[in-house]
Amino acid sequence: MKIRVGIDIGSTTVKVVVLDKNDNVLYQSYERHFAKVREKAAEQLKKAKRFLKGAPLTVAITGSAGLGVAKAADIPFVQEVYATAAAVNKYVPQADAVIELGGEDAKIIFFRGSLEERMNGSCAGGTGAFIDQMATLLNVDAAELDRLSMDHEKIYPIASRCGVFAKSDIQPILNQGGRKEDIAASIFQAVVDQTIAGLTQGRDLDGTIVFLGGPLFFLKGLRQRFIETLQLDEEHGIFPENAQVFAAIGAAVCSDQYKETTYDSLISSLENAVTASVVSDPMPPLFETEEEYRLFTERHEKATPAVVNIDTYTGKAWLGIDAGSTTTKIVLMAENGGILYSYYNSNKGNPVSVVKEQLGIIYDKCGDRITIAGCGTTGYGEELIKNAFRADHGLVETVAHLRAARYFQPEVDFIIDIGGQDMKCFKIRNGAVDSIMLNEACSSGCGSFIETFAKALGYDIATFAKLGIFDKTPVNLGSRCTVFMNSSVKQAQKDGASVEDISAGLSISVVKNAIYKVIRAANADDLGKHIVVQGGTFLNDAVLRSFEQEIGREVIRPTIAGLMGAYGAALYAQDADMEKTTLLTKEELKNFVHTARPVTCNLCTNHCSLTVNTFDNGRRFISGNRCSRPLGKDKSSLPNIYQYKLKRLQEMQGTGNGTGARGKMGLPFGLNIYENLPFWYRLFTELNFDVVISPVSDRKTYLLGQRTIPSDTVCYPAKLMHGHLQQLIDMGVENVFYPCMAYNFDEGKGDNNYNCPVVAYYPELLAANMPDVKKINFMNFYVGLHQPKEFEKKFAQHMMEIFGIHKRETVQAVRKAYTAYNAYKEEIRTKTREYIEYARANGKNIIVMAGRPYHIDPEINHGIDELISSFDLVVISEDGLSHIMDKEPRKVLNQWTYQTRMYQAARYICSQPDMQLVQLVSFGCGIDAITTDELRDILEAGGKLYTQLKIDDISNLGAVKIRIRSLIAAMQAKEEK
Amino acid sequence: MAELIYDETGRLLFTEEMRKEYTILIPQMLPVHFSMMRQILEGYGYNCETLGGNPREIIDTGLKYVHNDTCYPALLVIGQLMSAVQSGKYDKDKVALLITQTGGGCRASNYIHLLRKALKKAGLEQVPVISLNLSGLEKNPGFKLTLNLGIKMLYALVYGDLIVLLANQTRPYEINKGETDRMVDYWMNKLVKEFESGVKISKKKVMAKMDEICADFAKIAVTEKNKTRVGIVGEIYVKYSPLGNNNLEEFLQNEGCEVVVPGLMDFMIFKIYNREVDVDLYGGKWIKKTICRIMKNYFEEYQQGMIDVINKYSVFRAPGTFSHLEHKAMAYLGAGNKMGEGWLLTGEMLELISDGVNNIVCTQPFGCLPNHIVGKGMIRKIKDDYPESNIVAIDYDPGATKINQENRIKLMLANTGKMKQFVKPE
Repeated sequence: MKIRVGIDIGSTTVKVVVLDKNDNVLYQSYERHFAKVREKAAEQLKKAKRFLKGAPLTVAITGSAGLGVAKAADIPFVQEVYATAAAVNKYVPQADAVIELGGEDAKIIFFRGSLEERMNGSCAGGTGAFIDQMATLLNVDAAELDRLSMDHEKIYPIASRCGVFAKSDIQPILNQGGRKEDIAASIFQAVVDQTIAGLTQGRDLDGTIVFLGGPLFFLKGLRQRFIETLQLDEEHGIFPENAQVFAAIGAAVCSDQYKETTYDSLISSLENAVTASVVSDPMPPLFETEEEYRLFTERHEKATPAVVNIDTYTGKAWLGIDAGSTTTKIVLMAENGGILYSYYNSNKGNPVSVVKEQLGIIYDKCGDRITIAGCGTTGYGEELIKNAFRADHGLVETVAHLRAARYFQPEVDFIIDIGGQDMKCFKIRNGAVDSIMLNEACSSGCGSFIETFAKALGYDIATFAKLGIFDKTPVNLGSRCTVFMNSSVKQAQKDGASVEDISAGLSISVVKNAIYKVIRAANADDLGKHIVVQGGTFLNDAVLRSFEQEIGREVIRPTIAGLMGAYGAALYAQDADMEKTTLLTKEELKNFVHTARPVTCNLCTNHCSLTVNTFDNGRRFISGNRCSRPLGKDKSSLPNIYQYKLKRLQEMQGTGNGTGARGKMGLPFGLNIYENLPFWYRLFTELNFDVVISPVSDRKTYLLGQRTIPSDTVCYPAKLMHGHLQQLIDMGVENVFYPCMAYNFDEGKGDNNYNCPVVAYYPELLAANMPDVKKINFMNFYVGLHQPKEFEKKFAQHMMEIFGIHKRETVQAVRKAYTAYNAYKEEIRTKTREYIEYARANGKNIIVMAGRPYHIDPEINHGIDELISSFDLVVISEDGLSHIMDKEPRKVLNQWTYQTRMYQAARYICSQPDMQLVQLVSFGCGIDAITTDELRDILEAGGKLYTQLKIDDISNLGAVKIRIRSLIAAMQAKEEK
Repeated sequence: MAELIYDETGRLLFTEEMRKEYTILIPQMLPVHFSMMRQILEGYGYNCETLGGNPREIIDTGLKYVHNDTCYPALLVIGQLMSAVQSGKYDKDKVALLITQTGGGCRASNYIHLLRKALKKAGLEQVPVISLNLSGLEKNPGFKLTLNLGIKMLYALVYGDLIVLLANQTRPYEINKGETDRMVDYWMNKLVKEFESGVKISKKKVMAKMDEICADFAKIAVTEKNKTRVGIVGEIYVKYSPLGNNNLEEFLQNEGCEVVVPGLMDFMIFKIYNREVDVDLYGGKWIKKTICRIMKNYFEEYQQGMIDVINKYSVFRAPGTFSHLEHKAMAYLGAGNKMGEGWLLTGEMLELISDGVNNIVCTQPFGCLPNHIVGKGMIRKIKDDYPESNIVAIDYDPGATKINQENRIKLMLANTGKMKQFVKPE
């Protein structure tokens, strides 16, 4: 046998392997290709020249980006899974399954029984690129991340589905002082969970498992998480010594069936292969001429505050600190609004130490001439920084930004701020924030996103951004989330787009994402007449230009666009005009020490992950809490219908009025069971069953059923059902009732009374995907509660057939069940009235948390109700109000009962000055793509604010808090008017 | 110029007068079927056009006017219509849009409303939207689906299904490149001419015509039919529309496969049958059930007729009947699972497998709600019952790239041949 060469060209790396005739590896290499695929491959081959020169050899290419190269260079191509399987077959013949993580792909192959391969879907992180992105976030490289993870003490739950989600989980932990070691390990755990949940899809992962690919080879911490999670011993968890090049080895193994070649001809075919370079549909350039660019920059340089020399200025000054998600911004402002000192930089994963250092510098520069008269903080880390340094004011971001924008344009009616991690847009009407739009967790095409790409292509952000300015053919990259964008860029590179094209294209994508996805505007007038743009991302001229181009209107971008939050905080402090600041003095600052310790709160079942920050003289600041109990205060005792309903429903188990003689009847406590439990409970207790509901969800419920979830993009409430059913089975409940319900009750307010497809048919999915269902009597037949007469008949038939219950008995029970259900609904309405009266008697505002009945599940709403309650607001829900208004035609087909309730409630609150609506939207809810726009229309037409909170398995409340506080600030501003 | 007339709910109507003056724009889904249907409509005095357009522009227009989390087909259909109206090709005051309305608990029933919202957003509220539906949802004085027109549409449906099926079984093997497509065009034109000629068409004539079509396709010179067969199932729009599925059929053909795409007839029967099932499950009038049954039988007769004709030709494989499909699906889902493609989708996968087509691409828009259940949700059980089955679920979305989708399809295709050598016994 000859010398054999395998080349694996992946999304981010090129791997080359040379095998001798005894299958020994003579040479191997693994390098990043930065989109220069052929050059990198040839370069690596040249390094292996001594093994290749002279002898005849065979070669094959494999890998996700390899096909194009193989075709152009006329080198045989082997499909990557086939290559991997061939290598595993040769070197680890006892393997039952392979898990391979690559740059952007994650794969699993099962060999035992029926062959099965799975790859991550299009919306999935959990890969090398994801880990790189997370490492960037922590300001470390992957190797350091790995080292950190080995010293972890605890694991935080981090959303594992998608990189963007994980980011929004990690950021707040970081900003609240969580340990990097713990976060690093949590990131790896997220990858493990994602792989298991996303790829096994119901198939058991056991036997001998081989782990392959770069990330698993390089990252010991990641391996450790896999070993622990899957409980593998050395015999069953195999990590080959050349796991990172295994597919390349496979390609080499497979190459022997192809024709021979020589070193020289291989190199020349690689180097001469020119991949056809056609960029399909480029977009118009940002600037046609340099003159155009010059005028553009001149215009924008006018919006600037005065610069005052800190070394000569004497008098009062105000300090603003914006502790953002990835960067910390600081402004020291003089009496006339001029800037004495400013700072803008990465918070390096520890904003407290950055601020401490900067504050020291500022105190030094101030000397005795300048007195700091007040200090405001804002941003994600607002509370932490305020507490650490005893600042005077903590402002919610929206308020800070509005204050700053007004300095540059008093008539401002629209502000858009694109920062590192979030995008905020708000309309201003009558001088107050009128509507707030924030990017959702799944569309964060923001600053750090361009930065990540710049880094991946080997540039710093400033250079990278400049490249796009005069590009003639920006590439169209679409306007979706980062994960999609990765593959769009990959595709563009494959099509021959230059770095310039990609730079300009990315800037345009960020803008399109903002305008069409976040703001949902169809034209410039939807935004406003006096638009101020800000945030660090707008300092990128390419982004600014494409924004103006896209909306066809000139906007104001202050030269301090990146500092606006801090500037606003400083202006706010000046407005407050305090006698004396409470800020740490120069001396106190010198002795300032900060430690952060993670703890799990055990005061209730939420088990919040708290971070306890301790500052020098024992001052403490606790973050990560939902309610006020860990702070030593009582939980808010204001009326909260979410808590009331949850408690009431939990009471509905046991034998009730019946004897329980017919044994246990299990109901999985999720989805529409939350709505219909009063009905089923009464029905089954009347039939002398002992009703058992599965315990209220927590994270463990999800994990318990995770492996049997076939679709990773279905909503979280549906995913939880797997765990609920499993719990009932594990509890030994033999009869479980969970009916299919295409139709809901008809409440007479909509065009029809459907359930959404997921609620309607999920029982059938459970039956098909959960192996243990076979052990029980799982009743998931179709019922239609909206037709009582027919239901009575049909249900009696079922009970007769399954349990031999006499029809008359069932009919009696059904009738009582209807009465019980109606009574429960009436009870909720009465309670709602009581709560409203209480609020009015005590001068509290009311928040209507509108969602689905199952959104009262604390694992689904993540305690948002308690959070709102802690802001001194009374919480009610849409189902207590939906009966009040008469039916009215809607602009959309109003055919789902739960959604109809939201429209009804929204219409009602438009007439109630003390009520505002907050809509909870589960990520992946297709129906809510329709309801959100309609609800917004109803509310805005009625002069109300629209606030949407997207929820998933994310359990961190940072972003939610900002929205709620912005809402409160806007409500207060309205009241003051 | 036609006067703008509104009904009592404020909906702009398509009037008799408009029928004379206006051009009706129709989004594209199934080129063969839709082209015939368009020409039939023209025979009834409507000016119609089925739309094409630059995919990128369509997507961008869709993103602009439709909530981005709405399913991809809505985005494409509305994007296609909106970009056509705004293209300058048509007089904005003399154009109407036609869109199908299926009804049912899937959000797809909302397309027409989202289209109207989009028109409003674009300041084009004067453009009437015509609903094409079988449920009597929205009516327009200028557009009536008469019995006569309806029957012709049914013929177009049957002929369309037949032509597409024969072409799919012939094209990969044709010796003279392009011959199959020429045959498709030839028959489409010929059939339309006959519709236009006004000659009375009967079931018997349709059967004879189908026989002729089969005979013609059978004459095309082909090589041995030995390619890997790959089935395509899924949400109806992305399943059929090349715009929706990034030219999936073409891709598979280039990969050396023969595509097997179940026809539109089953979907039509499915939608009728659902009404019958509703009565069984939740009660309702027997008369409704009876009417549905009669309609269903009528459609099924034509389906059976088509199958019988195909079976006369040993070079072609006929599809299974609707009831066979239903029978298979009932082992997996209840008859009440009707939203979107409902149990039909699972049934199509099972039918393909029983026909020896183990390799299947299950297509859906990203986040498609019914497909969580009837598509992705049933693959596990199908795999358990038929270990030979090899199904890949592919999501389509404005941001999803072709390369990503193709990598996954290739992975599935890799499983069809040589991979088997690595399998180990249980």
